[in-house]
Parts: sequence; C-alpha cells; structure tokens
Amino acid sequence: MSSLQMPKVDDVVLSKKDKIASDLSVIINSKNVLSNPDELRPFETDGLTAYRQMPLLVVMPETVEEVSQILKYCNENKIKVVPRGAGTGLSGGSMPLKDCVLMAMGKFNKIIEIDYENRCVVTQPCVTNLAITHAVQDKGFYYAPDPSSQIACSIGGNVAENSGGVHSLKYGATTNNLLGIEVVLMDGTITKFGGKAMDAEGYDFLGLMTGSEGLLGVITEVTVKILKSPEVVKAALVGFPSIEDAGNCVAEIIAEGCIPAGMEIMDKALTKATNDYSKAGYPTDAEAMMIVEFDGTEHEVEAYIDKAKQIAEKNNSTSLKISKSNKERLKFWAGRKAAFPACGVLAPDYMCMDGSIPRGKLAEVLNEISKLSKKYNLAVANAFHAGDGNLHPLIMFDANDKESLRKCEEFGADILKYCVKVGGALTGEHGVGIEKRELMCEAFNDKDIQQQLTIKVALDPNSLLNPGKVYPILRKCAEEGRVHVHGGKTKFPDIPRF
Amino acid sequence: MFMEEKQNSQTSLDFNQNIFKPSSREEIIEIVKNCYKKNIPLEINGLKSKNKIGRNFQSEKTLDLSDYKGIIDYKPEELYIKVKAGTPLKEIIEQLDKNNQQLAFEPNDFGYLFSGESNSGSIGGVVSCNFAGSRRFKVGSVRDHILGFQGINGKGETIKSGGTVVKNVTGYDLSKLISGSFGTLTVLTELSIKVLPKPETSKTLVIKNPHLKKALDFIGKALSSSTDPSGGVFYPDYFGKNFVLNDLTHDGGLTAIRIEGPINSVDQRLNRLSKELSLLDQELSILDSEQSNIFWSRTKNLEVFKSLKSNLLRIVLPISETLQVIQKLKSFEIKYFIDWGGSLIWASFDQLNTKILGEIKDIVKKHQGYITLIKVEEDLKASADIFTIDPIKYKISEKIKRSFDPKRIFNPGKMYTGI
Repeated sequence: MSSLQMPKVDDVVLSKKDKIASDLSVIINSKNVLSNPDELRPFETDGLTAYRQMPLLVVMPETVEEVSQILKYCNENKIKVVPRGAGTGLSGGSMPLKDCVLMAMGKFNKIIEIDYENRCVVTQPCVTNLAITHAVQDKGFYYAPDPSSQIACSIGGNVAENSGGVHSLKYGATTNNLLGIEVVLMDGTITKFGGKAMDAEGYDFLGLMTGSEGLLGVITEVTVKILKSPEVVKAALVGFPSIEDAGNCVAEIIAEGCIPAGMEIMDKALTKATNDYSKAGYPTDAEAMMIVEFDGTEHEVEAYIDKAKQIAEKNNSTSLKISKSNKERLKFWAGRKAAFPACGVLAPDYMCMDGSIPRGKLAEVLNEISKLSKKYNLAVANAFHAGDGNLHPLIMFDANDKESLRKCEEFGADILKYCVKVGGALTGEHGVGIEKRELMCEAFNDKDIQQQLTIKVALDPNSLLNPGKVYPILRKCAEEGRVHVHGGKTKFPDIPRF
Repeated sequence: MFMEEKQNSQTSLDFNQNIFKPSSREEIIEIVKNCYKKNIPLEINGLKSKNKIGRNFQSEKTLDLSDYKGIIDYKPEELYIKVKAGTPLKEIIEQLDKNNQQLAFEPNDFGYLFSGESNSGSIGGVVSCNFAGSRRFKVGSVRDHILGFQGINGKGETIKSGGTVVKNVTGYDLSKLISGSFGTLTVLTELSIKVLPKPETSKTLVIKNPHLKKALDFIGKALSSSTDPSGGVFYPDYFGKNFVLNDLTHDGGLTAIRIEGPINSVDQRLNRLSKELSLLDQELSILDSEQSNIFWSRTKNLEVFKSLKSNLLRIVLPISETLQVIQKLKSFEIKYFIDWGGSLIWASFDQLNTKILGEIKDIVKKHQGYITLIKVEEDLKASADIFTIDPIKYKISEKIKRSFDPKRIFNPGKMYTGI
C-alpha cells in the first residue's frame, strides 16, 4: 500500500522547512505551528489508516484571518496545503503529503449562533456533527444528517465530504441541509456562499463546495438548518429467507409511496456477527435482515408501519418485530451500528467498501459479490443503506499475507466497477479521496474529468490545495485502497462507522 | 466558412440560419463547435416561459431546444426520471401522474405572469432558473432534486456529472452548479431528476387574517412544530378574492398552512395545529385535497400577478427579517404575497426606477436577503442589475464561467456583464 503515488515532492519546500515554520510563526501564534516529529505523528493519517504520511508542518489557526494569511503565504511560496477537520474521513481525504502544511482546524470548535426563529445554527467547522443536535435538542430540534461517526466527525468535514447517514433517505445528505458557508480560497480570499436566506442568487458555489473534499477552499464557518424532532419514531426488524426477497421488499416499500426515515439490510453473515457482538435480538436464521424506521406523528407512523408490514409479508418475511419503546428501537440499531467491530472478530483484517446502486439491483449486485467472494476465496459480509442503494460490503482478509491483501484490493475494485456497470456510483458517502481516485475513470471519461479539473485550476491555479486527492494521477484504473482495519484496530475504534 | 463545416459534418445543418432547432445531440454539438470556432454568441431557449428573466444581451444566433425533447427513462420504483432538456414540464408531470408521483419542488409557472396563460416551460429552463415553489423549506429547491446531467460545454464537448442514484459523492457536484446558472455554463442535454410519491392527501388550514405580523407568527409557530407543514403563505386583503373556493368564501387577507401525508395523520396534525396556534377564536376554513391543490397551484403559478403590467420582484430573506422589510417597502406602494413559510416575498411595484430600486436593494441587503428582478420595464431592464453580486463572487463566477465556456458564447451577459 506504500506504493500509492502522490504528487511529486517539492524538494525546495522540504529544504526550507525551518524557514517556513518561522514565517508561519509570525502569521500565527508560534505555539500553533508544529514541526517536531512527535507533534506531527497524530496527523499522519485519517480514518483510512492504511495510508500514512508525516506532513512537513502542522498549523492550527484560530481565526479566519489567520487561515487567509496562511493560505496566501503558501500560495505565494508554492507550498501544498492539506486541510483537516476531525480526521475521521474514510477515504484518505486529509492524508498529509510529505511536503505539505497540514491545516488542522481543531481550534474552530465553537457554535456561533443558535437561531430558532430562522431554524438554523451557525457554527465553526470543527464542532462535531452530534454537538449541533445536542445544542438544540432541549428545544426539540435536531440536525438531520447522521453519519455513524457523528460523535467525532466535524461539521466542516461533513461539508467537505457531503456526508450522508442512515437517515439521508428521507432527509437528504449534508448538501440538502446546508444554508451557508464561509470559505477561504487558496489565494487567501475570504467569502461567504449562501446564508440564512435560501437559494442565494448566482452560481451555486455552496453546492459546488459541498463534497469537494477540501480541494477548492477551506471552510471556516457553517450554517445548517435544524428540524423539529419527530413526535414518534418506530422501527421494524424483519427477517427474510433470501436476499432477493429483502431487496424486493425494499423496492416495493419505496414504490408504494412510503419514504422511511431509514431502511437498512444486512446479510446473514453480518446479522450473525453483529448479533453475537451486540446481542441485538436479530433473526440469525434469516438469510437477510431489514431494519425499517418511520418517523412523524403517531397516526402517520402507524399507517406506514402497517403498510411496510403488509409488503414484508407479501415478500415472504420469516419474522417481524416492531419496536415497542425507544429503548427497543435503539437496540435494533445497536447491532447495525456495531458492524465494524463485529467484523473485527471474524477476521484479522477487513476493508469497507462504499458503492451506490439502483435499489432494484440489490439482489443482482449481492449475487455478484457472492460470486466474486468465491473467485477470490475471501469472505464478505454485507450491509446496505438499502433505501437509497448505498452498499457497504466488508471484505475479510489478512494484511500480513501479501497475496490476501492483493486479492482483497482486486475484489473491492471489482465490486465498485460492478456498481458503476449497473448504473450506480463509486462512492455514496465516503468520498473519493485517495482511496478511489484511480477508479474515477470507471465512472467518468476524460472530458468529464477534465471539466472538473478546469474548475479546480480556476480556483487554485497552482494545484496547491489538497492535491493528489479525488482525481486520478495515474490515469488508469488501478486497484487501490479501501478502509483497511487490522486486528479490529481502527484509528478511532470507539466510533461507530457508516 | 460554415458551409465547409457543414460538408465535413454528419448532420445537415444550415449555418446561415439564425435560429437552430436541433433534435439530436450531434446537431447541438456541431452548432456549439461552430459557434466556438467563430466566436458566435448563442441565446439558449427552451419553451421561452422564463426567457424574459435576466439581462438583455446581444446574440447572433438562437439555440432553440424545444425539439430536443422526450423521456429517456422513467423508473418509478427507483424514484427518478431521465429526460432530454427540452422536454415540456407538462409532459413530465403527466407521466409522473400516472404513477402517482411528483416533482416535489413544485416549480413556478411563469406563463400567467408573462403571457396571461399557463406555460410551465421546459425542464431545462426549470433547472436553469432554480425557482422552487411553496414546498421549498421542506423539500429543498430544484437543485436538490437533480441527480445528474449531461451537457455540452462551450467548446462543444459532452460532459456529465452525477447519475441516477440518490447517493453519489463522486467528484464535484456540478449538478448544483448548473442549476440556477441561466444557461450560461452549458447547453443542457439530459437531466436525471429525483421524483417522489405524491402525498396520500393534502389539506390546507386557512386562517382569515389580514395582518402580516400575525400571519408570520402563525406560520413561524407551525413550521417550528412537529406538525410538519409543507406550505405556508400569506395573502393580504387585496388578493383574498383570488382564492374564493367552495370552502373558502371569505375574500380578505388570509394565512394558509398546508399539511400533507396519510389521511389520518393529516387530520391529526391539523387538529394539533389549530390547538397549538390557539385558533379557537379565529375564522378558519379547512380545504380538502382538491381545493387545497387548486389553492397551491394558484400560488405556484403566481396567478395573483396574472398579466401584470407593472414590475415584479422576488425577494428572499431570513424569515426573521420579512416583517421589517415589508414595513420598509410599504412606502413604495407595493402589492405582495409571502411564500416559503415567510422567507419569500413576491412584490409588484407600480413605480420603479433606478433610484427606487437602489433603495430597495439596500434595504434587502441590510436584512441579509437578495432580490431578483423577475419582470421590469424595458428601459429599467437595460440599466439595472437583474441579479446582485459582490466583487469577490463576481471574480469567482467569471473564472467558473470560463472553465465551462471559455469564449463566452452561451447567453453572454444574461446574468452579469462580462459573464
């Protein structure tokens, strides 16, 4: 994995490390410029721990003016900059470069304003996703996008990656819940896109920046909309005799006009593993298990749960349990959210993929994954955000065995290619980063990629901001990366994943 | 010179004509490539329902996409429809109706305003303008429903972004960028749009109330409650007569709040809403599904401004600012109504000149909002900024424009001078 090709290292920048550190110490408080290896070590990787690289320096600005001056300085001196939020990303988006200044935004950790009248929160970017909900829940509000790492991931990182979550089926991803951002461009320009008034005029830079993976600007302030918490939330736990039945049930629920708050499927392997791990009371004899959740008023939720129940029965469900309390509902989810650590018990290592497919292709894609599993002789467990066709196969392998690792990487790439082949996407919510960079040509042709690169060059002519991410360097479809976990040790083992 | 191109190409386009009406992507590419080569500006049109919005600009040729139409793929169970950009919105809606689905963003029909009759335009136009209807605050804008697109950039190259699946973070989200770009970045050829099931029922609570302050209070409370409304409007006294329906005989000012969903749930939420808003002493009407749909359709169609002779501005604000802005604008003798749960003002001005417009813009800007000139008299249109932009965003917009359309051949100057 050390063979990952990154942009050419600028030896001149490397040789000027001390000078750069001293220049930056004039711009910001010198205690916020880190240069000793011991200080840099915590920043050498993000949630994609298979890749590690020490940065040249780390800066920790405290104000937007400092961010602006640092970027301006780096731009003028042709120094690469990698922005970083909480560092929980799963695609290597904030992995440092050897010759980069890593801009750690951790000091931007305050909520600026809670505005109930306009139903929004204005916050600094390194406030965690969950902290926003915590700040407004006493008034019955919450922030809808809920990536499973929400206890630790930053809202600025959510914007950079356009993070989703279990509830994006009904409430959308970050981009649909964002009102405005303040951004600093690579040349130091500070500007705001959007704000408390919806749909700002002109080109939708807010939409362009969201999901741009830190390549176009550094986010220094975020305004998100908050929603009133639903009155009632109920979930049903349903077992199926086959993955086809589960897949058909999902498609039919959607086609019937019910939009659940969340709808998840796990295959037998994962159902068993997660049940053993978290004692969630799952139907372990079922070939596939579905959790479907509805929210709203009491009557609304009852009506939808009834409909879902009928559809499940029509599709041969073998068991069906409806949550009777919030505690029970959370127990249903506990297993699903512990899928990562549960897999850690099954094999020394696993890689988590993140593809997106049309809902109707669930069974077909699962069959293909099953065939590939036999071909590569590697076990796989599958979890899906089935409602919106986002799948997370977990491939088991042994990283100490080079052949096993190679097979795992090929297996993963084959799955993603198949996702694209059936009309899906390479990544549903984890981002491209360094992980799927070389697979971009599966989804896009040269013209498509060139158009995107032209936008990048328009805003960052020297390609200094987070280079080597998202867009292919090799211009061929290599098989790289994935979320690699060894011995159950993720970078943040205590954080729920996907 | 065009003749040479014609001989070399596979299509049989006559480049001497001023209006191109292509029916294939190959023709569009050929037209754009030629215009790129010869620096010929193109005005891009769909069904012309909104082409009066935006600045006047010089264009030698017109690219009329009204023949580039048709539904390419509609998968109700996958909740998307893929169409050619010139497809009439009406045709798409008819198709979705058959499966009890809808475009949840309720695009405005500007036909009533500009020509006195319905013209909901083409889907390409709807996306290019990004004007969403009353459900905006709940379901997002047009741009939130665009899953992917294919277009021709200013060099004649086919580009695409996104796809047909809802979750997709592969590369920059260019679907957002082209939404609301008024045809200045690409010639849209294909659009994949998210569709949603129609709600089982829709009912509207109408409170007879002529006071804006009270209306904003009702709507604000409703939107902050768990009753989950999908529409909140206020019409002052002078517009009340436009909404006389079987169950709505009152013809004065009114506040309307829409609740949608399964029938039991809608009734339950309406009851709760009446209690939460302490409406016992108010005159109320509840519009059933059919009347409710008529009410919101008239709102979306801006029917109170049908065949408007004077000027119409679209003002978007944080909800908290709306009352103050209206109070300040009243001295200009406006007629207005409020949509989007309090954050969108549609306002007509009998008298509008550069000076007054400047004053209005200052007021709105001070209150963190923005103004779009939807319909203004020709002499004012020639001198006024239709869209407002600050110098930094102008600079960035210019760069983005050039990244798509390096020779500025698509609708040059329609949004801003030089873009």
